[in-house]
Amino acid sequence: MPFSLILSRALSALVTLFGVMVVVFVLVRVAPGDPISMMIAPGATDADIAALRAHYGLDLPVWQQFWIWFGQVLHGNLGTSISMKQGVITIIGQRLPATLELAIFALAMAVVWGGFIALVSTAWRGAWVERLIDNFNGIMLAVPDFIWGLAFVLVLGVLAPVLPISGRSDPSIDAGLTTQFYILEGLLRGKFAFVWDVLKHMLLPACALAFPLAAVIGRVLKNTMMDVMVQDYITLARIKGLSSLRILLQEALRNAAVPALALTGVQFTFLIGGTVITERIFSYPGIGNLAIDAVINRDLPLIQGLVLTFGIIFITVNMLVDALTVWLNPRLRHA
Amino acid sequence: MPRDPRIWLGGGFILFLALAAIFAPLLAPFDPLEQDLMAATAAPGAEPGHWLGTDSLGRDLLSRLIHGTRIALTVAFVAATLACLLGTTLGLLAGYYRGWVDAGVSRLIDIWMAFPPVLLSILLVAVLGAGLTSVIAAIVVIDWTRFARVVRAETLQQARLEYAEAASALGMGRGAILWREVLPNVLPVVLVLLSLEMGIAVIVEAILSFVGLSVSTDTPTWGGMIAEGRQIIYQAWWVLVFPLGALFLTVLAFNQLGDGLRQWLDPILKR
Repeated sequence: MPFSLILSRALSALVTLFGVMVVVFVLVRVAPGDPISMMIAPGATDADIAALRAHYGLDLPVWQQFWIWFGQVLHGNLGTSISMKQGVITIIGQRLPATLELAIFALAMAVVWGGFIALVSTAWRGAWVERLIDNFNGIMLAVPDFIWGLAFVLVLGVLAPVLPISGRSDPSIDAGLTTQFYILEGLLRGKFAFVWDVLKHMLLPACALAFPLAAVIGRVLKNTMMDVMVQDYITLARIKGLSSLRILLQEALRNAAVPALALTGVQFTFLIGGTVITERIFSYPGIGNLAIDAVINRDLPLIQGLVLTFGIIFITVNMLVDALTVWLNPRLRHA
Repeated sequence: MPRDPRIWLGGGFILFLALAAIFAPLLAPFDPLEQDLMAATAAPGAEPGHWLGTDSLGRDLLSRLIHGTRIALTVAFVAATLACLLGTTLGLLAGYYRGWVDAGVSRLIDIWMAFPPVLLSILLVAVLGAGLTSVIAAIVVIDWTRFARVVRAETLQQARLEYAEAASALGMGRGAILWREVLPNVLPVVLVLLSLEMGIAVIVEAILSFVGLSVSTDTPTWGGMIAEGRQIIYQAWWVLVFPLGALFLTVLAFNQLGDGLRQWLDPILKR
């Protein structure tokens, strides 16, 4: 990819990020409801309130507050959470790994499940299997993570309680980890029982997130594979005596993977956005659940920090997908 | 006439919901707000008359479900239509006039796409204050991009086709070409998106009710019922089941209608 293209994409991403910051700032500053009023002790004097307002910089003009905040963000300082009395960066640092592990686990599930759907329905194309999968796929695609999450809670958590529906791990297990990357660190330290427990807690929220994405991947992959299967080189491979499975995996899947990949990247940001409500449903301690609490508590610095975090994740994912698609597609690479 | 069963099934279910919403006071066996603590969390059919059971305050679930269609459909139709008007207008202008209009709209879309939509809607409703108007406003402010993105791309493509050039050669003004020639050709896509958006709007309203930010608690909503059902799920699973089922079917209906319309309106897919 030419350097100028990379540069213009990166610049464009920065402009978008700046826009995100402006929108976040304007949104939370025009919010009615004084955040200070929630933290003053009864009997506080007007002077106390004024001092607090000055401490959080709420007495300055709005545009000045923005530039101060902007400068602080550039220095990696997101301020102090009003409701949790801790640095915003610290809080997000503690919660972000939970969301990242959940999102990546869900993505992996969606890719595997979507690929499986596509392979099976391509292998049995024209048969009842294909129609069944197509119909099921349509439902998976139409129904959002919110409904899947609640349905899983109800069916697999309560009516037939086979999986945990709340939290990230069993509180009675103390694995003694130092980071919040439970799966990663647990695996590295060989605490497999703990990792298994974390995975069990993650399975239902991850399924809720993965279902719509798996349906999209499955559909696109299948459509492209169907186009590939009528090509001459597939017939040639068959004449050469290659097994159907090998043709499917080696020829069709490989050629269909690139268009599916580009789409998966875009859809992955939707999945990350879906963690907000899914984490809420499963009381999962990630940044999405935290964000809802921050909004309810009118914790301005925390809201700003969290929305910014999501913005950075979204923009980064989009850039990575762009780069990956260009890299995998020789026509674009040499453009 | 479309022969696609998805259009008839999806549309039929939505019509059924609309009738339930209009005639809710006649259809509902109880007042949806009437509390009967003696019959609290009654299982479906356990108490006479309460076919779907009652919630933790003894309110009749069937009546609340029927009355809940009012908020769901109001949000679906009003919010989706407004988002459609705003997004389609911006998409048409960006795709047709290009230049700085397109640059501005596209940048705005990029910024909007960098927010998790659920978080943004929660934030907006918190800013605007809970209530039906805020919910509708939040959906419009967030979801116009769905229309703008697609309509912009479609308009870019349509404006390059021969018919637009022919109209221009015949001396039609740019505004007239956009309005009378391009718009009608973009409409089928818009109609499909509108149907899908209605399903999305119903979900967003339910999510906001679930978080406790939608209309006041004296108005029965599916999302509010779901939120209560999630809390008392171990005592009374049926409080969650029925509103969740209603939501599921409604979203599916709007989706099937949209998919059916897509195929019916597209001469290539129709074959």
